[in-house]
Amino acid sequence: MSVIKESPGDRVFNLLNLFVLTIVLVIVLFPLIHIVAASVSDPDYVSTGKVLLFPRGFNIEGYKKVFQYKDIMIGYRNTIFYTIVGTLVNLAVTLPAAYALSKKRLMGRNGLMFFMAFTMYFSGGMIPTYILIRDLNLLNTYAVLVVSGAVNTTNLIICRTFFTSSIPSELEEAAMIDGCSTTRTFLTIVLPLSKALLGVMVLYYGIGHWNSYFNALIYLTDRSKVPLQLVLREILIEQEMASQMLESGAAVSDDLRKMQMKLASLIKYSAIVVSSLPVLIVYPFLQKYFEKGVMLGSLKG
Amino acid sequence: MNISLSENKKHGNTGKSRKHFFIRLSRDYELYLFLLPAILYYIIFAYGPMYGVQIAFKDFNGSQGIWGSSWVGLKHFKNFFQSYYFWPLIRNTLTVSIYTLVAGFPVPIILALMLNEVKNEKFKSLVQTVTYAPHFISIVVLVGIITIVMSPNYGIVNLGLQALGFEKHNFMTDPKAFRHIYVLSGIWQSTGWNSIIYIAALSSVDPAIHESAVIDGASRLQRIWHINVKSIVPTMVILLILNAGSIMNVGFEKVFLMQNDLNSTTSDVISTYIYRRGMVKADYSFSTAVGLFNNVVNFILLMLVNTVSRKLGETSLF
Repeated sequence: MSVIKESPGDRVFNLLNLFVLTIVLVIVLFPLIHIVAASVSDPDYVSTGKVLLFPRGFNIEGYKKVFQYKDIMIGYRNTIFYTIVGTLVNLAVTLPAAYALSKKRLMGRNGLMFFMAFTMYFSGGMIPTYILIRDLNLLNTYAVLVVSGAVNTTNLIICRTFFTSSIPSELEEAAMIDGCSTTRTFLTIVLPLSKALLGVMVLYYGIGHWNSYFNALIYLTDRSKVPLQLVLREILIEQEMASQMLESGAAVSDDLRKMQMKLASLIKYSAIVVSSLPVLIVYPFLQKYFEKGVMLGSLKG
Repeated sequence: MNISLSENKKHGNTGKSRKHFFIRLSRDYELYLFLLPAILYYIIFAYGPMYGVQIAFKDFNGSQGIWGSSWVGLKHFKNFFQSYYFWPLIRNTLTVSIYTLVAGFPVPIILALMLNEVKNEKFKSLVQTVTYAPHFISIVVLVGIITIVMSPNYGIVNLGLQALGFEKHNFMTDPKAFRHIYVLSGIWQSTGWNSIIYIAALSSVDPAIHESAVIDGASRLQRIWHINVKSIVPTMVILLILNAGSIMNVGFEKVFLMQNDLNSTTSDVISTYIYRRGMVKADYSFSTAVGLFNNVVNFILLMLVNTVSRKLGETSLF
């Protein structure tokens, strides 16, 4: 860092700066810590609003009930499947394509780029896509969530930019001169050098799968295929909305609903923690990589 | 840079003669194989639905299919424009978008500027890591957290209000509160992530410029304004263009989760309307028309903003 002498004005500024940033930290962390604390607290304390940042009446009933709740476990299993298989498909389709597009010698390169980039600004829309999926007999299958988002154009561009700027062409040329085919060069030389890119792509695509609910909402009807986020939606939002609307005077249909609401209010917090924890644990380790990835993505051609 | 001279000499420019066409095709066949899955994907899943968009101009009938259904021209569009839903939907969509833009655009910039002034690398890194966290939370969990926090009985917001002497209030069912909750929670979630690009841009500012500014007697704030902010203006402009172009494009997912019967006067936006009419009521043709209208308006807006920005001499997208 540079050697700038600090004036008194500077000291005040720095203190103010640190103060405001600390407040930002508090604002971001407060709801999160509250949820975690509530998840290990006695539900009676939680529902009467006595739990803020610290747990009261240590109680892990919520977690026990979460792991016993079949729908959540099925959702978890499905989400893990969709995430792993989906991300593998993403990588298998996106990476080779991005590599090909990064080669200047590729004939039709500009046309192909336009062909793909155009889809970012114009699309068929919700209904025509639904009709297409239906006509392809992909409705309500395990495949639909894996295949319908095989390529994310933004990610594709990030990969292409990475291949263009971070792989020295001399290396590739040397390999080709030595008789390596394009495929072998790609697999044995380029990919091993692209670990940072792979990390970012796994993160972006993986989290995309883990957190998504929309496609499942529209395309799946079997409860056995439903991902975690849809189950969470029932527990966190639908039940909650129902009980809040009850407060506002709207009617609640029946006793089954009332029972579901009571169960939901018990496991809300632990369900949030259990579903968000994997992602929240992983991302700090990849921080440096995606910080660079954001920059690469912004240099789109 | 990575432009190799030998490659240029060998291949020259993109030659257009037939001989070269087949030579390059066969020489690069592996690259085309690399591209094949992606191209297939785009043709089927991105351009395929575009073929189906034509049902916006037809009366789509399941048994007759897209091809067999009859043309009705602009009937669905007229219905939409004349329905009493039209202006409320546009108003709701635009309100949420513009509010998000005005309130949310400056915040990551300010955060980045502040973080850039922090000398302690550990603290800076800590703030970054923490502010990224909300971005990784799923939208379902986010709305779940919002619902919990806003709860009239045990939510911390209402607890705080009551401690200050106010009445408790059910925010999630209040149409007047919807847009504020939507936008502010959006800022909470995305500020950290959106600041990354600005922090990256700021890190390329030459410290020597700051040193000479100090020597010339510039104050801290003056330096920040004239040096730091100046250097991220291109980034700001591009992001502003992208955001302004998406003003009629309020995403379905978050609004849908926050919607209920009681707040629908302000929470119903174009995308949720399309869902309701199309997926729930199966009004395929009509909702496709609405979607197409939305898409075209977005596209025009983006082109407009981009052209205006280019005319003003600043950087532009295309």
